[in-house]
Amino acid sequence: MVEETLTENSEILEGPQAPRQSWFHERFGQFNQNRLAIVGLVIFLAFFITAVAGVVLTSGQDPVFNPALVRLQEKLLPPFSRPNLATLKAHEAPTLGIYLLGTDDLGRDVFARMLQGAWVSLTVGFVAVGIAVIVGIFLGGLAGYYGQGGVGYDQILGFFLLLSGTIFLILGWNKLGSGLFAVGIFIMILSYKARRAKQNRFMPGWLQKTAFSFDTLIMRLVDIMLCFPSFFLILTVVALLPASIYNIMIVIGLTSWMGTTRFVRAEFLSLREQDFVSAAKALGVGNFRIIFRHMMPNAIAPVLVSATIGIATAILTEAGLSFLGFGVPPPYATWGNILSDGKRFIFDAPWLTFIPGIAILIVVLCFNLFGEGLKDALNPKLRQE
Amino acid sequence: METERTPSNRPLLSTQDLKVYFYGRDKISRAVDGVSYNIHAGETVCLVGESGCGKTVSALSALGLVPSPPGKIVGGRILFKDQDILKFDDAAMQKLRGNQISMVFQEPLTSLNPVFTIGDQIGEAIATHEKIEQEALNKRCIQLLKEMGMPSPEQRLKDYPHQLSGGQRQRVMIAMALACNPDLMIADEPTTALDVTVQAQILNLLKSVQERASMSILYITHDLGVVSGIADRVYVMYAGLIVEEGNTRQVFGNAAHPYTRGLLASLPNREKRGRRLHNIPGTVPNPAYKPEGCPFHPRCTHAVKSCKTALPHIIDLGRGHWSRCPVLT
Repeated sequence: MVEETLTENSEILEGPQAPRQSWFHERFGQFNQNRLAIVGLVIFLAFFITAVAGVVLTSGQDPVFNPALVRLQEKLLPPFSRPNLATLKAHEAPTLGIYLLGTDDLGRDVFARMLQGAWVSLTVGFVAVGIAVIVGIFLGGLAGYYGQGGVGYDQILGFFLLLSGTIFLILGWNKLGSGLFAVGIFIMILSYKARRAKQNRFMPGWLQKTAFSFDTLIMRLVDIMLCFPSFFLILTVVALLPASIYNIMIVIGLTSWMGTTRFVRAEFLSLREQDFVSAAKALGVGNFRIIFRHMMPNAIAPVLVSATIGIATAILTEAGLSFLGFGVPPPYATWGNILSDGKRFIFDAPWLTFIPGIAILIVVLCFNLFGEGLKDALNPKLRQE
Repeated sequence: METERTPSNRPLLSTQDLKVYFYGRDKISRAVDGVSYNIHAGETVCLVGESGCGKTVSALSALGLVPSPPGKIVGGRILFKDQDILKFDDAAMQKLRGNQISMVFQEPLTSLNPVFTIGDQIGEAIATHEKIEQEALNKRCIQLLKEMGMPSPEQRLKDYPHQLSGGQRQRVMIAMALACNPDLMIADEPTTALDVTVQAQILNLLKSVQERASMSILYITHDLGVVSGIADRVYVMYAGLIVEEGNTRQVFGNAAHPYTRGLLASLPNREKRGRRLHNIPGTVPNPAYKPEGCPFHPRCTHAVKSCKTALPHIIDLGRGHWSRCPVLT
């Protein structure tokens, strides 16, 4: 240890060290105190395992639980009822020996269908929120960090030329389209060069005047998106696009990024003024690295929290879409369309609506509780020293 | 300082007639209004002045970090190793920052990123400018912390900034500033947020580091006690202007500008025990509405008529000592 005398200051004595807490304990000690959050986490894990198991058990040529097997003679049986084995072929008998959650109007096993649907709910939640968070972080980060930067008339011109060029190309007017596209790219390159160079000789000055700030551009876009009643926007888009679960995920994601954008922008506006950002700049760290490596981790906690709650919303939206018949096409089961099929028999077979309904309720609730707990766990001020 | 350094002909950093203005909605704040200073290799230069007199802005412009907009460098040149860095583009500037000119900030807590460990942050300072393997990087970080006099550096590397004390944090900041062996370190009031004992340790550290690495330090402070301890040469700034330059002995023993004299008179010492300390009446003028002529004349007890109309010229007092006051010289 003692190789050389270091500085005059090395007389600082080594004091007793505080016991070190593990990374996990440091963060989740707080989480542990929130019982409801733990409940949420446990339910979420159970849900996750169910969903993964559901995929494995209900897919393939000869699935363990066949969600699509129709047994018309066994329709609308209540939960826990035994199958009448006399009327069933060997492979038609339910795997568990009983219909754990009953059967629907076609005699399909609701338990198998719920298993299949769990995966859809899970992926819809995560993919949609993933898209929303990525778009939100990107736009919010740019607006918050580069917000002061202006968008020049030349850039607007270039953008519209590119846009109209693309539209013409799609319409099939190839000559006009590619011409406009090329001019657009040319203007964009010129304006980039003109902005990089200190002495501008690429472009007349009036073209470079700032039309509006970058912040304005993004935040007004957010305002416009928020003005749409998003559920009806989703309905419209889903009606136009082929019905597939991936389209629905993408559409839900692309209509729910606005909250994250506002969040991240607000965080960045305050982080940008922090000393450690100027310190990083003084070290010669590049802008993108500052945004994504230095500022983002400081802004990510509230985003994660709102994302967990966003997952709940996305699951509900998918269920609502499926309920209205715009969701995943019928042979494939989701909790929403089980619910929707069940509504015709709500007095004869109430379990067909109650089972998926309660499942959605529990999962959404667990995500909300988990999000609340995460909010505390990620707040360094509440962390136990 | 006893040893008069013989400055080489070419200064390391030379700021010539630098003007940095801040453009508000309907006014222009002339934060730095024609400042020239030179820093030679291996020298410690202090920039002294009250809050708001443009010390920090003139130092930040050497790193190209003046917030813009609203700030804009409207005139002058900054020559670093005979290159005008105001003409550098972003990429060249980034290579310069941290690598050749580095900076230590005033508040060590807020200057460290709260979500990363010390090791991450020192490592980044190195890895930004050098390609280096992770293991070698760790060793360098530990070595740097050792040089900074941090106890048990291996364990400190895994600590977060909030787990360190103020003095330790400032040591980390200095380690980061030294990571790439810069030629010039700008220290912007690095001890202001620390208590007096820690302040002395940090000053000693800076001194020893400078002797070993033979780099230049531009030390910005408003604390004349600190200046007398570490400076080779002193520039006194007032309202965006340098009003006096000299080596430490000249400025402290033979101050020629009434502002410098006022600052010195307001320092507490043994002879003044029990008596009221001197204070300079008034405050620093708002940089948007500076008085005509000598900016100090409304607060100056020696002011004459000509002070109100024309900016005083530089009066040379010999041996590199000059001031901008014609009355007192």
